[in-house]
Amino acid sequence: MAYRANILINSDAPGAQAVYGAFLDELQELALRDEVQVLMTSGLGGQGVATQGVDAIVYPDSVRYVNLTPDDVARITKEHLLKGRPVLDLTQATPKVTPLPPPAPKEVRVVLRNVGKINPFDIEDYIAEDGYAALANVLTTMTPEQVLDVVKTSGLRGRGGAGFPTYLKWTFARNSPNHPKYIICNGDEGDPGAFMNRSVLEGDPHAVIEGMIIAAYVIGAEQGYFYVRAEYPIAIRTLRVAIEQAREYGFLGKNIFGSGFDFDLEIRMGAGAFVCGEETALMHSIEGQRGMPTTRPPFPAVSGLWHQPTNINNVETYANVPQILLKGGEWFASMGTEKSKGTKTFAIAGKVKRTGLIEVPLGITIREIVYDIGGGILNDKKFKAVQTGGPMGGCIPEQYLDMPVDYESLASVGSIMGSGGFVVMDEDTCMVDIARFFMEFVQDESCGKCTPCRVGTRRMLEILNDICAGRGQPGDIELLETLAKSIKGSSLCGLGQGAPNPVLSTIKYFRHEYEAHIYEKKCPAKVCRALIEYKVDPDLCIGCTRCARNCPVNAIAGAPKEKHVIDPTICIRCGICKQVCPVAAIDVY
Amino acid sequence: MKSLEELQKIKERALQRRKLAGEGARARIVVAMGTTGIAAGARDTMAAILKELEKRGITDVVVTQTGSAGMSTYEPVVQVQVGDGELITYGNVDASRAATLIGKHVLGGEIVAEWQVQ
Repeated sequence: MAYRANILINSDAPGAQAVYGAFLDELQELALRDEVQVLMTSGLGGQGVATQGVDAIVYPDSVRYVNLTPDDVARITKEHLLKGRPVLDLTQATPKVTPLPPPAPKEVRVVLRNVGKINPFDIEDYIAEDGYAALANVLTTMTPEQVLDVVKTSGLRGRGGAGFPTYLKWTFARNSPNHPKYIICNGDEGDPGAFMNRSVLEGDPHAVIEGMIIAAYVIGAEQGYFYVRAEYPIAIRTLRVAIEQAREYGFLGKNIFGSGFDFDLEIRMGAGAFVCGEETALMHSIEGQRGMPTTRPPFPAVSGLWHQPTNINNVETYANVPQILLKGGEWFASMGTEKSKGTKTFAIAGKVKRTGLIEVPLGITIREIVYDIGGGILNDKKFKAVQTGGPMGGCIPEQYLDMPVDYESLASVGSIMGSGGFVVMDEDTCMVDIARFFMEFVQDESCGKCTPCRVGTRRMLEILNDICAGRGQPGDIELLETLAKSIKGSSLCGLGQGAPNPVLSTIKYFRHEYEAHIYEKKCPAKVCRALIEYKVDPDLCIGCTRCARNCPVNAIAGAPKEKHVIDPTICIRCGICKQVCPVAAIDVY
Repeated sequence: MKSLEELQKIKERALQRRKLAGEGARARIVVAMGTTGIAAGARDTMAAILKELEKRGITDVVVTQTGSAGMSTYEPVVQVQVGDGELITYGNVDASRAATLIGKHVLGGEIVAEWQVQ
């Protein structure tokens, strides 16, 4: 039966039992036992601040009584529960609820400030937004050293993933004695689910060009290259038009702004290899050779493209530069955390309500990105993990939701910042399957130069395939860990060194899922087909034959008006029956 | 490009050009045509807008394109500004919505609130 009122007593406080007894006695006396329910509960919720004494909350009025003794109970029952008048002197003065100020805008757009606003095919639209003003100022009034000082003050770090301080990189290239020098923009954005650089190149190409010209002025380069993957045809077309217009207006070419500084740009297209995002492989690809990494040192700043000093930065890094020079290094450094300054773009993908592209100050928490900006998890499911940094990154579980997003914090939990991929996973995601997906990706993209990466990732993938197929064996997890350690320690480039990260981080935080696959032959998220079974609930089945008619392999038996049965030996676990069942009688077990 | 003054002049010219009155236009329609927009059908949207304007014989509306600002869930995204009014952003603008927007917002001056995104 329903009670008209409920009294919840905090059972943690000493003396709670006596107060509970007193309530029961008094209610008995007033013949209210059938109308009012008394409950003991640990950790009282509700509004107001808990005290050290016995607290109780009367619902539905939500009145919180504090520091009760058995002697107080009679008044509460007679006044409040019988007559409906709360005993105010026993309540806690409710702190006045002041309305919260409107939330500060979580997004700050620096790199993306013009994207979606200006026409990328019209250079004058960019100039109207103070475009090329930073370049004009640099070339007519500043020395390269002064520019370096501003970039140093800003604290800008490489946005391609590793987070190397930009001013240092530029200083090394500037101090290299050889000439000519080159400048490269790395637009080989290949992480699954990441498209930040593409959006910048398509939406505001001149910001990147301007940043590159400024960097070229600092290090003393006369020739620059855009390296953009061929999978971005619209970005390449936009960039082509932009470079042509920049030449036409005299931002590229000879004697720019009458300063005597010459610079020009060309586009080089990648041919689809993920490893060409690695800087040495990228430079070999520009040179016309096979895209394979080589040892560093020598670093590109000393011996890069055609063995000449070369500065290579990511699209987003260059796009930040004009804004930093317009507004000052201090302005940029005022955003972000102590070691990670400024903003960062992220491509939010996966199981969030609002997927897309965002730009936030570094130091924002994962929770703010997922819930405040992303709108929370799709279909209000439970958050499970977020994958950052692409195939070299890791999965960050729920316990780190309130962790700030910056280079150091992400590294401390086994992931990386990467270029800005941010894939959100919910409770229906199998972490072993995710690890398998990323391992398949790197296995495919390994260039084959280093044996640990070429063979090791294949062995790891085979083990993961087995685990997902129900053929996992005791010792597999340990074997994966051993292989991961060897691959990390003996691969030449970032691809091999980072390749085991998705596996290691999922083993670290979701070991129980691996164990369930191996020992119980169960997939807790009900994803791995070999480990699940579709069943018809005979109590719900209405015998409509819809599932049997839609089954592609005729695995479902049952005449009209009879309970249907799925034969698990024929069933291929495609899930169509579950989708078409009108009464939701089919589920995964 | 020789000097700061030259750049400044171009900037002023560009800002002037943005004012609709200077162009003698009654409205501006901007379609987000980045890869995400195009994947969601922005080319069809753009074609539908041009077709609708032609059908109604409207010549004083500026139609331009921009990049995709990141609202991938709402692509194709179209922005409409009438006169010196506020720039309104609409989401999920397919060909039929595009035609409706021209009738209601561009010609009728009425903002279609339920398609608006922030």
